[in-house]
Amino acid sequence: MTMPLLEVAAVRKAFGGLVAVDDLAFAVERGEILGLIGPNGSGKTTMLNLISGALRCDAGGIRFKGRPITALAPHRIARLGIGRTFQLVRVLNAMTCRENVIAGLAFRSALWGAPAEWRASALLAQVGLDGKAHLTAGELTYIDQKRLELARALALAPDLLLLDEWLAGLNPSELHAGIALVRALRKDGLTIIMVEHVMDAIRSLCDRCIVMNAGRKIADGAVATVLAEREVVHAYLGEADA
Amino acid sequence: MLEVSGLSVAYGKHAALSGVALRVGVEEIVAILGANGAGKTTLLKAIAGLVRPRSHTHAQVRLDGRDLLALEPFQIVEAGIALVPEGRGIFADLTVKENLALGAFARRARPHEENNLALVLELFPLLRERLAQLVSTMSGGERQMVAIGRALMSAPDILLLDEPSLGLAPRVCGELFRALPRIRAAGVGILLVEQNTKQSLNIADRGYLIETGRIVGEGTALALKTDPAVQRAYLGAAEVHVPFPPAGEGAGGEGAG
Repeated sequence: MTMPLLEVAAVRKAFGGLVAVDDLAFAVERGEILGLIGPNGSGKTTMLNLISGALRCDAGGIRFKGRPITALAPHRIARLGIGRTFQLVRVLNAMTCRENVIAGLAFRSALWGAPAEWRASALLAQVGLDGKAHLTAGELTYIDQKRLELARALALAPDLLLLDEWLAGLNPSELHAGIALVRALRKDGLTIIMVEHVMDAIRSLCDRCIVMNAGRKIADGAVATVLAEREVVHAYLGEADA
Repeated sequence: MLEVSGLSVAYGKHAALSGVALRVGVEEIVAILGANGAGKTTLLKAIAGLVRPRSHTHAQVRLDGRDLLALEPFQIVEAGIALVPEGRGIFADLTVKENLALGAFARRARPHEENNLALVLELFPLLRERLAQLVSTMSGGERQMVAIGRALMSAPDILLLDEPSLGLAPRVCGELFRALPRIRAAGVGILLVEQNTKQSLNIADRGYLIETGRIVGEGTALALKTDPAVQRAYLGAAEVHVPFPPAGEGAGGEGAG
């Protein structure tokens, strides 16, 4: 039996009296696209923050490639191969797009100079930002900043990519292109966990999804099966959109 | 009635809007459809007075005949326009009730504060239970309700909504789209910018298509919904190839008017 890429065991995280993640456990296999869905405020982003090390678990443990990462600092976890984007984008506003990506490259691959510039340009083209490499990140529209964050995350050459509502705010045509891009990333060998409210994206991309509600897992399985479950329809989808 | 004509806005050398014309009546929901970067947010900001049209142009923004371009943003709120910006822009460290009370700061709204609060709480009953709660502890969907509620507290004639459904769970999103026709029924005109084109056209009366800063089509919501070019470009009817940075070119939509 092969080892899962990521194992989350009995993880708990509370903010004061609010238990944001409550005894959550799941595993992610290599090459999988896992959807993490649930109502606003159900703990999805907190779970991503626990995996990436932005937050520390109160209890439980997380293993990546078999190695415990619960106690590691975020930059160590990034170097081990976990890249992420943020729901509220965090780009380096005063730096150009190319410099933003080079910052990511310097972090793991230690590419410098011309090879780094060349690689950064290729990554920007991959996410659809060719022609904007010279603009500062602060000049970009919100959607383009999200694309830039993805290029920066890819610069880490991660094995596991965490996407926090990366497809939100795209119109249907843009969504098709975004979905195709995520699919191509998986084909390149990435494993992906995506938090997303866009059900078309979840249905067309994910092999499996986990539904959270009030910090707990209420469903875990094949997408079509999970989205038909009564509790999921009631807590998350609503009757009209099911 | 809100009437816009000849509206052009530029950021430095980059033209964001070119000669935009549209109108929104009272008790009307008008949807603006377009790719990211097409100029939708700029349009709402220009109506609200947050960005200014190009000088030496013949731009007009009028509400019931009154020239809004001569006014400061706070005077535009007084005149009857309320913007719910993308990202909501509410005060996270204040309670729900305090946020709503600040919405009624406009002179036009003060005498009607109680009535407007009753309307907001009727539209979003969940807020009644949460009046004393700090906004920073609320979820995204709840915050969106506060943001729309705060805008309604200014007793607007026209409500401008910038992507209100962004990041909302499907169930909350459905509740939001059910609330908008009720706001219309209360006598408010709504100009709605949304990527959720299907749901927008389901509740809208009319819509405009915007591409690289220009209006390229308009029609009743029903006509737009059934137009094949609109379906292809905006409703995701087919797996069309669009360049990932949408920019507008090749996005179709011409001939959709």
